[in-house]
Amino acid sequence: MLTKRIIPCLDVTLDKAGGSVVKGVEFVDLKEAGDPVELAKFYNEEGADELVFLDITASAHGRGTMIDVIERTADEVFIPLTVGGGIGSIDAIRQILRAGADKVSVNTSAVKNPEFIKESSEIFGAQCIVTAIDCRRNTDVKNNPDKTILELEDGTPAWYEVVIYGGREGTEIDAVQWAKQAEKLGSGEILLTSMDRDGTYAGYDLPITRKLSEELDVPIIASGGVGNPRHIYEGFTEGKADAALAASIFHFREHSIGEVKDYLKERNVPVRL
Amino acid sequence: MKRIVIIDYGLGNLRSVQKGLEHAGASPVISGDPEEILAADGVILPGVGAFVDAMKCLLPLKETVYEYAKSGKPMLGICLGQQLMMSTSEEGQLTGGLDLIPGKVIRFPKSELKVPHIGWNNINITQDHPLFKGIPDRAFVYFVHSYYVDTSPEHTLAACEYGLEFAASVVNSEGNVLGTQFHPEKSGDVGLQILENFVGMC
Repeated sequence: MLTKRIIPCLDVTLDKAGGSVVKGVEFVDLKEAGDPVELAKFYNEEGADELVFLDITASAHGRGTMIDVIERTADEVFIPLTVGGGIGSIDAIRQILRAGADKVSVNTSAVKNPEFIKESSEIFGAQCIVTAIDCRRNTDVKNNPDKTILELEDGTPAWYEVVIYGGREGTEIDAVQWAKQAEKLGSGEILLTSMDRDGTYAGYDLPITRKLSEELDVPIIASGGVGNPRHIYEGFTEGKADAALAASIFHFREHSIGEVKDYLKERNVPVRL
Repeated sequence: MKRIVIIDYGLGNLRSVQKGLEHAGASPVISGDPEEILAADGVILPGVGAFVDAMKCLLPLKETVYEYAKSGKPMLGICLGQQLMMSTSEEGQLTGGLDLIPGKVIRFPKSELKVPHIGWNNINITQDHPLFKGIPDRAFVYFVHSYYVDTSPEHTLAACEYGLEFAASVVNSEGNVLGTQFHPEKSGDVGLQILENFVGMC
């Protein structure tokens, strides 16, 4: 039986010396607390089903060190690796895959130029191309009759707007319609992040997660807001997601991946143990 | 040390296969040179992307692959590599494969299940073969594919269930041409054991 995937996300940035470091990690039990490769090994041993590296520097120097991080990780960790953050050219994708990543996630560049998904999917295969969609709730439905209106937890109608540049810029684009378009253009998966929930520990944004899971044929990775194992459970059951991405709860050791998987297994969610 | 050639005919992540084989104690090289391929102790046919494009890229090496397969030395196709070994594929238009193993490559039917089939699924080992030595039945391995291989039980080493049962691993009648639909180089310790088993056969 196909299992639900648990994916820790590592935000990789540069330290003062120009080396790579993972943001927001408070491990006491690792020698090199912020080293992406050490963390990748650690999560692999804990039972992570995949890993996501997000290059949050989005600079040329950042890209260079990222390639080195991917190579060193792929040399030691034998589970799927997705790399995202500022990827905007076929050449960048080729470099990242060659270094040992299995998939890339594209975000702002795809919103600005949707054909980029099609082009990269035709060259590298749909299984390589994950479209990352950052979105935000918008309760102004009166002035947006062309948007997909969903019902929030308290019954309020809302639509979800795609945001870019890490959430700094709105686009007026409907997230549901954009996800469908991304699938049609050749995306093999959708990584959905709720900017309303990101960092809140309030749980995934279930209405939009569920809507995309039901409407699309490709797998949906839920992201943004996980504070406890129950949130991941809800992402799979109520949100119908195929995979759950989380960062802080793992990085701060509030819960281990093993704990989350045990919690899910007890509640009959299929997981790889 | 066993010399394994990973056939290079285009794109994708070959580094993980290479490192996985090194982990298994082999000395792998990535090459598209016919002489190197024929001199190898073992050959890996990798593959990501579309069937038609991959067959086109592989065309200059087709005779080399046939000659190698005839030698009786082991060859392992991974993911699309396994699919390329079959008779035909319906991806794009109906396309002929290498036909090293009889069988068809078919798209998963439309259902409530997501396509591509992405993630960790367990396999049911249906034949005793050195490739699966020490691998427990129902072991989890990593899949990512939209098309699956349909072949006879005698050519199936392991099966997997995703809406329907498909060949997760295949073998030719002579026993030296092998395929896995899953990615052993991305299947953690189970996958590394399978690669080690393959190296052991070389």
